[in-house]
Amino acid sequence: MPTKLYNEPSPLETRVLSKRFGLENSHTLDVYLANDGFKAFLKAHEMTPAQIIDEVKASALRGRGGAGFPTGMKWSFVPRTSPKPKYIVINADESEPGTCKDRLLMEYDPYQMIEGILIAALAMDSHKGYLYIRGEYRYLLDHMDRVIAEAYSRGYLGKNIAGTGFEFDLVAHSGAGAYECGEETALLDSLEGKRGIPRMKPPFPAVAGAWASPTLLNNVETFSSIPVIIRDGGPAFAALGTPKNGGTRLVCISGHVNKPGVYELPLGFPMLKAIYEVAGGIPGGKKLKAVVPGGSSCPLLRADECDIPMDYDTLAKVGSMLGSGGMVVLDETTDMVKFALRIMRFYAHESCGWCIPCREGTTWLKKILQRFDDGGGRHDDVALLGELSKNMLGRTFCALGDAAAMPTISIVDKFAADFEKRLTVLV
Amino acid sequence: MLASYPEGRKRSAVVPMLIYAQDETGAVTPELIDEVAKRCEVAPLQVDEVVGYYSMLHRKPQGKYHVQVCTNISCMLVGGTELYEHAKNKLGIGHKQVTSDGQFSLEEVECMGACSWAPAVEINYDFHHHVTPEKLDQLIEAVRKR
Repeated sequence: MPTKLYNEPSPLETRVLSKRFGLENSHTLDVYLANDGFKAFLKAHEMTPAQIIDEVKASALRGRGGAGFPTGMKWSFVPRTSPKPKYIVINADESEPGTCKDRLLMEYDPYQMIEGILIAALAMDSHKGYLYIRGEYRYLLDHMDRVIAEAYSRGYLGKNIAGTGFEFDLVAHSGAGAYECGEETALLDSLEGKRGIPRMKPPFPAVAGAWASPTLLNNVETFSSIPVIIRDGGPAFAALGTPKNGGTRLVCISGHVNKPGVYELPLGFPMLKAIYEVAGGIPGGKKLKAVVPGGSSCPLLRADECDIPMDYDTLAKVGSMLGSGGMVVLDETTDMVKFALRIMRFYAHESCGWCIPCREGTTWLKKILQRFDDGGGRHDDVALLGELSKNMLGRTFCALGDAAAMPTISIVDKFAADFEKRLTVLV
Repeated sequence: MLASYPEGRKRSAVVPMLIYAQDETGAVTPELIDEVAKRCEVAPLQVDEVVGYYSMLHRKPQGKYHVQVCTNISCMLVGGTELYEHAKNKLGIGHKQVTSDGQFSLEEVECMGACSWAPAVEINYDFHHHVTPEKLDQLIEAVRKR
């Protein structure tokens, strides 16, 4: 693994989750312990489950996997008492195009995530967790296997964790290539050894998740945010961001920028400042055309819509999403027909086929976009693309159908001129 | 591996067991499916349908070096598509094909989580970032000599 995935710290960043990145052997227990490691777990051990959950609620932390659901509320849905064992499942199936942050958190600071998992385990009274890592991240799976082995040998997993008497087992589990398995219920089916197909909700995983037992599912970054929340208090974390959008998050900037990278920015950070200052602006002084704000599922923003703070509520107000933190920058030369086609090829490939609107919709959208790109576009195709996409919205078990439809609707609406320019047959 | 899952839930090991086994055998064969089914205490058909679902599981052997080029959005914007075309020409094979000597196979893959270091290539399980056509040639020549 020769590439160093973290950047030199920038004064524009607020390094909370990534503060240990760059320390020598930052992935080891000793370095973690020497840098505030496991203080939060010991503190949480003295708290009641309700106090832990209240602290997480006060932090205004929202799920970093993409949906942005308030984490404290999600934690409160897991029943306190249950005749069945309760499980914690960590979603490390990072596969939303544009997103590459969980890699860093596992590679450079795995104990921060493990400590977050253990604090959740205290709050849930859970004693078993599964870390579901996408198959393509095999080097990270092997890395996590080594980290977990070290944690067991040093008494930070297994029986009597850090001398507290608390018991927790953690298993790293490999996926095998399926975007759909990032959806939490499909992930659970995959964990159970099946095809990753989304389940009907309710029941939600909090009540009937892995093996029909109560299960708490969160993203790697969400768990990684927990130790600092418990150590410094929920309100301190919340104060880093904006109201209802607590803390910092790792923003993965890619595409047409001079300094692509993963940067830790507080919620509410100005989008244009992220593009032009943090990521060094657009190569060749070209103009900004559009931004994918948080992974390929998010509706695109035109350049004139980008003068906004990056928080969940503002993005929702402008009709998009903050998503998984994968921000893709497009300059003025980008061909939006090709861009829309590439997104749709992805969703058509990854649709699990369970829901017909998604399976058929993505395939037909791909065919129309392909025909358009090949020069056979028809005038009414633009309306047809919009109509087909809108027909998929809300008509599928999981969000993949919406995820395919939403960017397409936004591209067709906002960049219709790009499509018209490509028309060769005027019907 | 089977002991990692709750009692009576050996089926949970199906996906990881298949991928680890495939690393050893080169492909998911009918014999492998039967063996995994036996160990995980499920019907072979239940393993078979899993093989058909996951894109990293394959029934035919790949090349000794499986070259995966990402052309998804972040890579596409900075030359991923051209890199994939270059790989096709360099290796003389197309998507999911194997060279006649069995050394290389090629796959155009979806996002592999290397967006900020695009364009990205994975050869077997090794990530390569900021790959240019020249760098890809070097990578291919380097493994060829191994």
